[in-house]
Amino acid sequence: MTQMTRTSNPPLTTPITGGVGESPLRPDGALKVRGEFAYSSDLWADNMLWGVTLRTPHPYARIRSIDVGPALALPGVYAALTHEDVPGQNAYGLEHIDQPVLAVDVVRYQGEAVAIVAADHPETARRAAAAIVVDYEVLEPVDNAETAIFGEGVPKLHEGGNLVRYVPILFGDQDATAEVVVSGTYEVGMQDQAFLGPESGMAVPAEDGGVDLYVATQWLHVDQQQIAPALNLPQDKVRITLAGVGGAFGAREDLSMQVHACMLALHTNKPVKMVYTREESFFGHVHRHPAVMHYEHGADRDGKLVYVRAKMFLDGGAYASSTGAVVANAATLGVGPYNVPNVKIEGWGAYTNNPPCGAMRGFGAVQACFAYESQMDKLAEAIGVDPVEIRLRNALSEGSVMPTGQLVDSAAPVRELMERVRDKPMPPARTSEVDIRTMPGGASNTTHGEGVVRGVGYGVGIKNICFSEGFDDYSTARVRLEVIGGEPVAMVHTAAVEVGQGLVTLQAQIARTELGVQRVTIQPADTSVGSAGSTSASRQSYVTGGAVQSACAAVRAEVFDLARERFGVSDLALEGGKVVSASRGVLADLSDVLGDRAVEHTREYRHRPSFPIDPLTGQGNAHVQYGFAAHRAVVDVDVDLGLVRVVELACAQDVGKAMNPDAVIGQIQGGSAQGLGLAVMEEIQLSGAKIRNPSFTDYLIPTILDMPPMTIDVLELADPNAPYGLRGVGEPPTISSTPAIVAAIRDATKLALKRIPVRPEHITGT
Amino acid sequence: MRVKFTVNGEERTADDVWEGESLLYVLRERLGLPGAKNACEQGECGSCTVYLDDTPVCACLVAAGQVQDREVRTVEGLGSEEELDPVQQAFIERGAVQCGFCTPGLIVAAHDLIRRNPCPKDAEIREALAGNLCRCTGYEKIIDAVHTAAAHSRGEATS
Ligand code: FES
Ligand code: FES
Repeated sequence: MTQMTRTSNPPLTTPITGGVGESPLRPDGALKVRGEFAYSSDLWADNMLWGVTLRTPHPYARIRSIDVGPALALPGVYAALTHEDVPGQNAYGLEHIDQPVLAVDVVRYQGEAVAIVAADHPETARRAAAAIVVDYEVLEPVDNAETAIFGEGVPKLHEGGNLVRYVPILFGDQDATAEVVVSGTYEVGMQDQAFLGPESGMAVPAEDGGVDLYVATQWLHVDQQQIAPALNLPQDKVRITLAGVGGAFGAREDLSMQVHACMLALHTNKPVKMVYTREESFFGHVHRHPAVMHYEHGADRDGKLVYVRAKMFLDGGAYASSTGAVVANAATLGVGPYNVPNVKIEGWGAYTNNPPCGAMRGFGAVQACFAYESQMDKLAEAIGVDPVEIRLRNALSEGSVMPTGQLVDSAAPVRELMERVRDKPMPPARTSEVDIRTMPGGASNTTHGEGVVRGVGYGVGIKNICFSEGFDDYSTARVRLEVIGGEPVAMVHTAAVEVGQGLVTLQAQIARTELGVQRVTIQPADTSVGSAGSTSASRQSYVTGGAVQSACAAVRAEVFDLARERFGVSDLALEGGKVVSASRGVLADLSDVLGDRAVEHTREYRHRPSFPIDPLTGQGNAHVQYGFAAHRAVVDVDVDLGLVRVVELACAQDVGKAMNPDAVIGQIQGGSAQGLGLAVMEEIQLSGAKIRNPSFTDYLIPTILDMPPMTIDVLELADPNAPYGLRGVGEPPTISSTPAIVAAIRDATKLALKRIPVRPEHITGT
Repeated sequence: MRVKFTVNGEERTADDVWEGESLLYVLRERLGLPGAKNACEQGECGSCTVYLDDTPVCACLVAAGQVQDREVRTVEGLGSEEELDPVQQAFIERGAVQCGFCTPGLIVAAHDLIRRNPCPKDAEIREALAGNLCRCTGYEKIIDAVHTAAAHSRGEATS
């Protein structure tokens, strides 16, 4: 029998479930599976009108005149508005205010909004928009980024010229030479975020002359800041509530229908709903920047990098959006997760007449990663080592210095990530018993294995987490603790946007852990609380997570004050709905201590500051945190037809702390799928600056047949600077899956493959 | 025109329906059933999948007039007020829902698969759901959810 000693009271609290580190079910799950969750396209109001946008068919043209008369003549039409009807400033933009709400005298891309119409049926509105007469003088579009900046006699698309931003990164010796040199030019096509829920929302005119907007977006307050001046309203008269968001991936960071719906609602004094069709959606949001990147890597005979030099051209399209920040990412992360003593990278972002480009998951790091990882494979071949080995020899680690001069001051397990994906068991080789559904070409029965070659490839990437370059990046949380129905309940209110990633779940988990209560309600996100910043840059768990944590801490401190007064002890904790003392055990029920008081605090959270980079040298502590993921891809390629099947993806990623392990896996799987899409199928095809494939028939995204099974390793190496030690999760897996898949196709085909997406004709050479 | 049909067991009538309106539009905008989603209106994404006389169809491709006197069952008609259908339950439990825009269509398609094939293999699940796009999940958890739902429907416990 064990000897019993009595040293302390046994724990008397029942631990709460669903805290940080667990995977509770999503609070919005039941509504979503029942079809009852109200997405922005599901909104409805009495007497509601439908808004429709007239877009230009020309990538570049002067507008001579617009006649809305024929639209207004149709029965059921309530308004047809042009730039003349914009109540305030006819311009908006995230970094540069350069995009008109409605075009004035020039259109700069195919699909630019020219007029808007409201009618009592969407079809009436569409017909009315089509009836508007616009007289254009069609101009020759500028459709190449490098030409736009350096070409002679190229028209200036904006007053300041066609350069949006130039970012040089100069580090070490610019004239360094090396024994082994590999170079290449790499191209990335224009990828679309292709969220499933189209741009949509409803604007409702308010009695105070303001407007209430219900919309799917990524950042409520940055919308508000742009909408209010366009409407000539003070910001507090533009109240925005988040409607259900059907995916985002960067495409909702810029405005789409927001100002248009508000203008129509204020003009007609009726609620106005706008929902883009899929085709319109391809014209209605920014895309991933296409890029052309010239790289040269120099190394010693052992494959240790001596220098990297690169020139990268990113096509920002007709309006700046976030091009400046995308170029900075591509350049500052341009050598990848490797130690390089000498670096010269130059990045340019250009205005052209192509569709505007801006944020998409991976944000500049995706393009660079395809180039530098292609180069690393080339270098491995030149040195005569395998692709994993070349990466291990140059792997960045904690204590390394980036080409910006920034010290990597928390975990950077590049080596371990690579080793983990390398050491995963390989999927079984193909047997003679072929299930054609697992072959390239699948059920279309194009091969039973003849001409099919297997290949293996690797990729590893780096991403900055949170907003960089000195941006005042913060989030706000309001937390209220009170007794409801005899039970302590925490209410969390933020303006942080749930796009599907599970932020609502996470906010509740944090409140449970910090306040020791089971019941948490998450208020709808709206502008009645302070800004949460954008749901992008893999930052919300970090920044809004930090805000919820610190608001909870403030609430807890006040509860402790109450308890201290009453019980005279100060070694307090909140656990399982009780106030607990380390020395005396359970003191009281939390509801008892609260009584009929509601304890409420609002807190802002800022991550540690980042700093601008020097415009001439690119030196500076630009980034807040780095995230890393590595992939191994195994592919089967039908070399006769050029068809590719990805057989398996292995991924390893460091997440600092898996706040919600199931959601982390979901991000890695979904992110990897988008990287697969870019590798082998997804591209907005342009011809003369016009989109040739604005539909899901012609713009292909991975289906369930395209996505292979994945094996995933999640590392948790805490970052001491971040709440709970977490590291942003959403973007890294999108970045490294693409080059891994392309490397695997190269391994199978021995082709150079310098452009993504890899198309069948790149493989067959036809 | 006037269209009369049964939706989720209830007789419903939609008035003033235009020629070009789809079943999807009538469900969403005239009958207050926004469960089926519109993500492409071209039959490419499966978000609008509903049962028409017990066969899953893309509601965006069905003209409203075609459903006269027929029976439609939408995601709102699966499960009951008190209890979710096993497919709905499994989608939540297995983390197959992120933004959820694809979910109603996938649930109807998976529901139909499990009725026809109570013990589907991975390849059969992939084949059956090949017409349903999801941009968020990478599909793996959706496959997990279908296995779980099938096991529940067979009366087996799952972990
Ligand atoms: S909306 Fe019907 S298939 Fe896409
Ligand atoms: S969960 Fe977002 S599209 Fe499937």
